[in-house]
Amino acid sequence: MSKLHHSRIPAYLDVTQSVTGLLLALFIVAHIIFEASILLGPGAMEKMTLFFEGYYLFGERHPIIITILGIIISALFLVHAALAIRKIPSTWHQYRTFRKHMKRFRHDDTTLWMVQVVTGFAMFYLGSVHIYMMMANPSKIGPYLSAQRVVEGWMWPLYLALLFCVVLHAFIGLYRLALKWGWFEGSNYRQSRRIMKRIMRAAILIYIVIGLASLGTYVSIGLDAGQKRIEKAQQ
Amino acid sequence: MNEQSPRKLTINILRYDPHVKGDKPHVDTFEIEEAPGMTLFIVLNDIREHHDASLKFDFVCRAGICGSCGMLINGRPGLACSTLTSKLPDVINLAPLPVFELIGDLSVYNGKWMRGMNERLETWIHQKEKEMRDINRIEEPMDPDLSEEIYELDRCIECGCCVAGCGTLQMNENFVGAVGLNKIARYRLDPRDEREDADYYELIGDEDGVFGCMTLLGCEDVCPKKLPLQSKIAYLRRQMVKIGLTKDIHKCDCLEHDEEY
Repeated sequence: MSKLHHSRIPAYLDVTQSVTGLLLALFIVAHIIFEASILLGPGAMEKMTLFFEGYYLFGERHPIIITILGIIISALFLVHAALAIRKIPSTWHQYRTFRKHMKRFRHDDTTLWMVQVVTGFAMFYLGSVHIYMMMANPSKIGPYLSAQRVVEGWMWPLYLALLFCVVLHAFIGLYRLALKWGWFEGSNYRQSRRIMKRIMRAAILIYIVIGLASLGTYVSIGLDAGQKRIEKAQQ
Repeated sequence: MNEQSPRKLTINILRYDPHVKGDKPHVDTFEIEEAPGMTLFIVLNDIREHHDASLKFDFVCRAGICGSCGMLINGRPGLACSTLTSKLPDVINLAPLPVFELIGDLSVYNGKWMRGMNERLETWIHQKEKEMRDINRIEEPMDPDLSEEIYELDRCIECGCCVAGCGTLQMNENFVGAVGLNKIARYRLDPRDEREDADYYELIGDEDGVFGCMTLLGCEDVCPKKLPLQSKIAYLRRQMVKIGLTKDIHKCDCLEHDEEY
């Protein structure tokens, strides 16, 4: 018998990276939509917060649910990041070689991968801050408290950068994931790829618009509340 | 009739001969008058005939069949013989394919790389019984649809364009590339090859094989034969994951190819 020595670990790592990426991307897709409930008014966002705190299930608020959710997301985030790091250029030589190739080649999908690397790297910082804050202060989520955090806590620059990073990373990731495993290939896989790319671009645009509108609304509410407090203090 | 004057093409060629002592990489520029139906193959011959006889580049078939004339055309890998100048801008930059050993100027030793890859992946029919390998034996008939599917993948000309367009290979020189994975997909489809998925896992079930592919899709987009590379890599990935996650690959009953071949 021939000497078989290959480990099954590369298969596990590949699948785990894809599964964690898929779950995180789906979480982002839902998260931004839930967050956008603020566009329907503070009341809608308040109801959304109560829902996630289990109010409609238990009859009282349990912000700990948000903390548990945060721990799960953090775990997925860490595993995904640790596995994705295997693929990114780890030395200056590798980075320079890839960058040279990318610039010379001017190939859309190769460049998209670099966008994923850069946005993924940025999320190490931006995402960690956001997740930690949510886990540590789960009861401070709501239309007014969130708005206060965005404006007075100076979180809006972080959320603005995070929005672009997370949307680009998630949708490029979903597009590449589908191609990586051959999902939705259909009878004409080239045509399917073109369609998926169009969907990816449209989704990025839509989600950035929705995210910006939501963030703008929080900023507006936060500024308004701040102004009212100033006026009250002056009276 | 008012005829348009032919376009002047500026051809910048990266020149370097590693076998000439003291030679340094530099760019030589040539001015060529475009002719109807002109390909880069014609341009290069024109340069060698009328401007610089020392220019090195490879070609054999002039018809996109042999894969010899692969090079970087304005940064993208492609075949000189099947690239019409009419599809390119006035300024054309030519460089040798990266990854491969440079012979000189635009000529690379892709045959050496391909041979190494083929030996590593054992890209030939593996059969357990010796009598099955008798070349005088009449082969079993094959389903025409399957045969077509196999020979669709067998159209690979080993030009090296997918290798040069692969960002993964730029960073990991041990990666087998789309050309290698396409070969494995081709043999897996072939009923004459008796290797099991566990045997293929042994060849490509790691970061230098199918799990190293980062789905950058460069291979797919530059393949001059339009082979379904990405689709086949995805197919292999699914098969290898099934083996990696379900079978005890250390105990599988695999082909004895160490001694037999």
